[in-house]
Amino acid sequence: MPKIVFEDKHYQSEVGESVLDCLIRHNVSVNYSCKSGVCQSCMMVAVEGEPTPGSQLGIRETLKRQDHFLICACVPETDMLVAVPDSIGSTFEARVISLDKLAEDVVRLRLVRPENYDYLPGQFINLTNSEGVSRSYSLASVPELDDFLELQIRRVPNGRVSGWVADTVEVGQVVTISQPSGQCSYMPGREDQPLLLVGTGTGLAPLMGIVRDALRQGHHGPIHLYHGSSKAEGLYLVAELTDLEEANDAFYYQPCVSRGELTETSQKKLRSGRAADLALQDFANMDGWRVYLCGREDMVKSLQKKVFLAGASMQDIFADPFVFSERVSSEKVDSEKVDSAKVIQKVDAT
Amino acid sequence: MSDSLFDRIGGETAVNAAVDIFYRKVLADDRISGYFDDVDMEKQVAKQKGFLTMAFGGPNNYTGTDMRKGHAHLVERGLDDSHFDAVVENLGNTLKELGVADDLVGEVAAIAETTRNDVLGK
Repeated sequence: MPKIVFEDKHYQSEVGESVLDCLIRHNVSVNYSCKSGVCQSCMMVAVEGEPTPGSQLGIRETLKRQDHFLICACVPETDMLVAVPDSIGSTFEARVISLDKLAEDVVRLRLVRPENYDYLPGQFINLTNSEGVSRSYSLASVPELDDFLELQIRRVPNGRVSGWVADTVEVGQVVTISQPSGQCSYMPGREDQPLLLVGTGTGLAPLMGIVRDALRQGHHGPIHLYHGSSKAEGLYLVAELTDLEEANDAFYYQPCVSRGELTETSQKKLRSGRAADLALQDFANMDGWRVYLCGREDMVKSLQKKVFLAGASMQDIFADPFVFSERVSSEKVDSEKVDSAKVIQKVDAT
Repeated sequence: MSDSLFDRIGGETAVNAAVDIFYRKVLADDRISGYFDDVDMEKQVAKQKGFLTMAFGGPNNYTGTDMRKGHAHLVERGLDDSHFDAVVENLGNTLKELGVADDLVGEVAAIAETTRNDVLGK
């Protein structure tokens, strides 16, 4: 009978026994609830060995591709090495290719993509500074289109990592990054589905990766990107996104400014108002839509609820709330870091 | 009628079809939506699926103690019979919307009813 390896220990399974039952029988403490493949509270990652197809029913496509499965619904056919999602932490070294200022407080950092470094556009990675402090940043690049990794980093007041990037990091320097995590990505299938992407600030980074990946994979339903900033100066890559819009019939780009009046000299494309409000105003019925939300936590959580109430299915809503460490006291920064290891939760900044 | 309620109602497929409709009704219901603020929606959906699976007579290992613990903080905030009734009402309306036969809806409501005292900490 197959063996299950979990947290460096081996457990012998019995005939017809699920991975969960095997672990329970060996008194291993694991999360579970319904034991019937429904509630998903027992989800793990198959690091080695194949999850059975039945153990991946109802799981998001993005997670399936990352070998997530439900251990209660998997009677293993081969030996398996399983792990709690995102508990597997390997690090990589990456050389800095370029550092560019995109907006007043936003820097674009491009890194050499390490060998065998697989990721999905929209995922995030941890970047570690010279003192060993890590913060999470989303990837704006697409592995099939870009040979570099791109991060867009907003400088946070007293930010320990963002300040380090802005003031100290130089081209040619080698920095430490984690493997990618997160499930806010484009998945092929249902190419006709309308997509709504709403991002504030550097929430644009993952959304740019997702948009370019969707177009690359032949998505032909309409793709609407709303990028919000409080001031017009906070918007960035406006020209690049406008070019992308002109080159793709299905892609619509809407930069939004939430505070202050737009001046005569403002770009014609700009609209006044919050990105989230404008998007909801434009699309009252979200039934059948796929939605990606990235940026400030309060915006993401509130919009997640609103698009769900407007008809989008929870399975089709991908939310990536950024938690900024500046808002927490210094002793809480470490627990915020731990949070960043969770699949959905994300610490952006400092 | 040898099949279980869970099989007759459509099993996991029915749970997946019901969860969005049910959760949307609950969030839009002013009587109870306040109890669902400040929750992680993804985790909440997983819990709703667990609840629906149980209410549909499906396999589950919920215990009365779990139910008590899981709702104690809501009872402190004033959760009472009227809120429980509202949830059961939304559940029934969800099933009707999905075209589930009345007798099955009744069976589901009866199962949900068995959790009342534990949920309300009575």
